[in-house]
Amino acid sequence: MCGTCGCGDEASISVEGEGEHVHVLADGSVIQHRHGDHAHAHSHASDEHEHLLPDGRVVRHTHEGGGEPHPAHGVMTTHDHTPPHQHDAEVRRIAVEQDVMAKNDRAAELNRVRFAAENTFVVNLMSSPGSGKTTLLVRTLEALKGRGQKLAVIEGDQQTTLDADRIRATGVPAVQVNTGKGCHLDAEMIMRALAKQPAPVGGTLFIENVGNLVCPAGFDLGEGKKVVIASVTEGEEKPLKYPDMFAVADLVLVNKIDLVDALGFDLPALEKNVKRVNPKAALLKVSARSGAGFDAWLAWLDASARQTPSVKTPPSREARPA
Amino acid sequence: MHEVALAQSIVDIVREQARANHAGCVKAVFLRIGALANVEPEALSFGFESAARGTIAEGALLQIERTPGSAFCAGCGADVQVESRVALCPSCGSGQLLITGGEEFRVTELEVS
Repeated sequence: MCGTCGCGDEASISVEGEGEHVHVLADGSVIQHRHGDHAHAHSHASDEHEHLLPDGRVVRHTHEGGGEPHPAHGVMTTHDHTPPHQHDAEVRRIAVEQDVMAKNDRAAELNRVRFAAENTFVVNLMSSPGSGKTTLLVRTLEALKGRGQKLAVIEGDQQTTLDADRIRATGVPAVQVNTGKGCHLDAEMIMRALAKQPAPVGGTLFIENVGNLVCPAGFDLGEGKKVVIASVTEGEEKPLKYPDMFAVADLVLVNKIDLVDALGFDLPALEKNVKRVNPKAALLKVSARSGAGFDAWLAWLDASARQTPSVKTPPSREARPA
Repeated sequence: MHEVALAQSIVDIVREQARANHAGCVKAVFLRIGALANVEPEALSFGFESAARGTIAEGALLQIERTPGSAFCAGCGADVQVESRVALCPSCGSGQLLITGGEEFRVTELEVS
């Protein structure tokens, strides 16, 4: 179990109504299968592979009989090496240099390519529990629906479909991902949710992440924008206490501003703390209950959706050719 | 940060590399974790122990190299070392620091036999 937040194992993750689904392997390859009948379209990495010998030389080769993982030395079958390598139990170092987040990043990139191809603007909403995420989302959906926008929602929670039910009551399609003991959504869960409920082509997909100001910060989902909601009932120091989350935000949405006076909340202090952690983040103040500040929030969504790369300008973290 | 999921990713990488390199036993896993990588090494070690159970990585020693965080100060133009995202510039005291390094989280090497 996660020592920081109590996250659990992958087996307890479920997507509402899921049948066939996809997995991203550590090497970035994607497999698709369903449970129960186990019809696997299952392809692992290519058969050819590299070895780094103890003396530093690298050999590339394939094994007869396809890509079955082979057992440890001593019981190996047909194996043609040039040059031959040592089969003793000598201790050696293998250079790996692999990013631990590579698997998630690869899945996120696949999501991003798909969103670009379908011209879908994707917003990842993150906050602590009780910040008013779902209330804010419901009001936002009502407003956008009135403008004829195509919308959909992916809801992340450890348990229950309560939030997805609230979203569906607005008439907007929603799929619930239950992360079990897990404390965040990852890119593969989004891929699985999309297999159940496609992204709205030419519209906006909202992903409501698990209420948690720590773990979701580290997982790219392939979204266009990350929005962090901080409600005034949480205190002015949240950005300093949870800097990793505020550091990744494109927009900090300060919610429940109708309570500022009642709480004696110091808004300028919060703004200063956000700036200190993330000078580039935009900041808007709203009340999901009264609707105050919503015009600016909806305008930000419109402007951001227009900036979202479509298939003509594929997004990439690598430098584009000059 | 979700250290169990991260530990699982490390075990996946170790298993693949061990298989590709025909290792019979993994003795140590070398990691490089930046000070600003949002990873708690203690929680990660704990998670690794349980994620490695029953795999070739079971019992492997986790060797963690911490690298410092670095930043460029927009206030005074200095390149400085920082311990956290909310640090103030050690040169001029301003809070206008742009993080430039220390966010890496990599499996660098394995020791196998």
